[in-house]
Amino acid sequence: MRRADLVTAAALMGLGGVVISDAVRLGIGWGDEGPRSGFFPFWLALLLAAMGAAIFVQALARRSAKPFVTRERLIPVLKVLGPLAGFVVATDPPGPWPGLGLYVAAALYIGFYMRWIGSHSWLAVAAVAVGFPLVTFYIFETWFLVPMPKGPLEAWLGY
Amino acid sequence: MGLENLFLGFQIAVTPFNLFIAVVGITLGTIIGVLPGLGGANGVAILLPLTFTMPPTSAIILLTSIYWGALFGGAITSVLFNIPGEPWSVATTFDGYPLAKQGQGGQALTAAFTSSFVGALFSIVLITFFAPLLAEIALKFGPPEFFAIQFLTFSSFVGLGGGNPLKTLVSILLGFILAAVGLDIVTGQLRLTFGFVDLMKGFDFIVAVIGLFGIGEILLSVEEGLKFHGAKTRMNLRVVLDTWKILPRYYRTFARGAFIGFWMGFKPGGATPASFMSYAFAKRFSKNSDRFGKGELEGVVAPETAAHSAGVAAMLPMITLGIPGSPTAAVMLGGLIIWGLQPGPMLFKEQPEFVWGLIASMYTGNIIGVLMVLAFVPFFAGILRIPFGILTPSIIVVCAIGSYAVHNSMIDIWYMLLFGVVGYVFKKLDYPLAPLVLALVLGDIAENALRQSLIMSQGSLAIFFTRPISGAISAVAVFFFILPVITPWWRRLRGFPAPARETGLH
Repeated sequence: MRRADLVTAAALMGLGGVVISDAVRLGIGWGDEGPRSGFFPFWLALLLAAMGAAIFVQALARRSAKPFVTRERLIPVLKVLGPLAGFVVATDPPGPWPGLGLYVAAALYIGFYMRWIGSHSWLAVAAVAVGFPLVTFYIFETWFLVPMPKGPLEAWLGY
Repeated sequence: MGLENLFLGFQIAVTPFNLFIAVVGITLGTIIGVLPGLGGANGVAILLPLTFTMPPTSAIILLTSIYWGALFGGAITSVLFNIPGEPWSVATTFDGYPLAKQGQGGQALTAAFTSSFVGALFSIVLITFFAPLLAEIALKFGPPEFFAIQFLTFSSFVGLGGGNPLKTLVSILLGFILAAVGLDIVTGQLRLTFGFVDLMKGFDFIVAVIGLFGIGEILLSVEEGLKFHGAKTRMNLRVVLDTWKILPRYYRTFARGAFIGFWMGFKPGGATPASFMSYAFAKRFSKNSDRFGKGELEGVVAPETAAHSAGVAAMLPMITLGIPGSPTAAVMLGGLIIWGLQPGPMLFKEQPEFVWGLIASMYTGNIIGVLMVLAFVPFFAGILRIPFGILTPSIIVVCAIGSYAVHNSMIDIWYMLLFGVVGYVFKKLDYPLAPLVLALVLGDIAENALRQSLIMSQGSLAIFFTRPISGAISAVAVFFFILPVITPWWRRLRGFPAPARETGLH
C-alpha cells in the first residue's frame, strides 16, 4: 500500500506541474475581462501538487507491509481488463482500420468471456452472446434511436 | 401555500405515460441496485442518453424513479446476500442478513422497504414545503453566495466525509481540473489540451461516473472474489401484513431515523453517515439492544429509514440551488442542463410544471416503488443468481453503450476504461470518488461564480466574507475545512479515543 500511495502522490504532483505550466502559458493574472483562463487551473493545480506532496510525506512516515494487490488477486482483475480492452479495440480500433461495430464485438466478447471464465455450454454461450446484443440493438437503435458504432455486418443487413 | 402547486404537479405526474415511465424506471432502478457494479449514479448516467428525446418532466421522472428503485434494490442484496449494493446499505446488513439466515428474510425485507418508504415520504413532505421557501431566498443570491455554497458543499466532504482529508481534497481538485479541460467559454481559449484534438471536447462527467463507479466497482469486486450466497426468502401477503402489524411499535426509531436522514441528507455524502448514526441511536435506546447484530427487526428499520430519507433530501439543494448533494443528483443536474433547463432557484419561477411535476412524482414514484418491490422480490433477487461469467461482460457492454451514447464518440469508451482503472486504484487507496464527480459537474458553474465575484470585488477574495449571507456560509465552510485538523486535538483535550474511520461515499 505504501509504495502505491507514494507512486500516486508523485503522479499527482507531476500532474499538478503539467497543469501549472499550461496555466502559466494562458496567463494566471488579471486580463481585460477579469481573471485570465489560467487563473482557476493554476490555483487548483498548485493546491493539488501541495496535497500530493503532503500525502507523499504522510506515506513515507508510515510503515505498511500490506501490498497494494497480490499476484493471485491481480490475475482476475487482468482477466476482466484484457478482454474488455479487446472488446473496445474490436468495436473500432484507433487509427484508420475499420472495426466490427459494437454489437458484433459485444457478441464475441460476451461469448469469449462466458466460455473462458464461466465455462458455460456452447448452447448457453450462443444463446446469450447472440441474444444480448440483439436485445440491446433493438432497444437502442430502433426504440430510442441512439446510434452505436456499426460494422460490416450491420451494413450488410442494411443498417 | 404550496398545495395548489403540488396539485398542478400531480396532474402532470399522474398521466398514464408518466406513471408508465415511473414503473419502467423503478424496475430498471431496482435491477441496477441489485447488480454489483451498477449503482444509482452510474445507472442514471447510462440511461441519461435515452432521455434526450423525451419531454424534460418525463425524463426527470424516469431518472428519479431509477434512483428510488436503486435505493430499494440496495436493501434486497443487503438482506438476502449480505452484500451492501450501496455504501448506505452497509448498516442494513448487520441485522438484515442474520434475519434472512434465520428464515425471516421476508420480514426483514418488508421492514426494510416499509422503512425506506416512510423515510422517503418524510423527506418528500419537507421538500414540498421547504423547497419553494429556499428557492425564494436563493433568488436574492449573487455570484459570491453561489460560490460560497459550492465552497460549503465541498468543505462538508472534507469535514464530515471521514477518511483522509488530504485525499478528499485531491479528489475535489482533480474533478475541477478535469472540468477545466477544453474550451474556456469566457475567453474562448483552449485550456489543458496540449495540442490534442481529442482533449478539446473535455471530459464528460457521465463517462467519468460510468468508469469510476461502474468499471471500477467491477474490478474491485472480482479482485475481492465476491461470491453470492443467497438466503432463501418466503415473501407473501401474510408475511407482509404480519410484519406491518409489528412495525408501528418502532415509531420512535422511524421518527429518529427520518430526522437524522433529512438533516444529514441535504449535505453531500450524508446518506452513509446518516444510516450508521440512526443504527447507533436505535441500538442505544432500544430495549433489545443486546439483540442488535444478531437479527433484530429494529436494526433494519433504523438505517433504512435514515438512508432513504437522506437519499431524498439530497434532491433539495439540487432543485432549489442547482447544487447536487450526491453523485446521482449530480448526474440529474447534468441532465437538466442537457434538456435545456437552467438549474437553480429560477426553476421554480420559470418551469413550475417541471419542478412540481418532479416533486409530485416523488410521491407517486415511492408509492409505486414500495408496492413493486414488495410484490416482485423473488424476481429481483433472482437476478443475482445469474452466473458471474454472464453478468460481468453484459454489464460492461451496457456501460460502453452508455459512454458512447453521450457524444457518439469512441474516445469516450477509452476514457471509460481509463476512469475504470483510476476508480479501482483510488478506491483501494481510499481516495473518495463522489467529490471528484461533483467537482467535474460543477466545475464550469463554480469557476464562473468565482470569476464574476472577483470582477465585482476587483480581485479581492474578501467579498466572500464581507457580504452577510456569503460571509456566514463561507465561515461554516472554513470551519468544515479545518474540522479534520481540530477534531483530534479536541478529542485529546476531552480524553476521547481516536475514532474508527469509515469512508463516506454517497
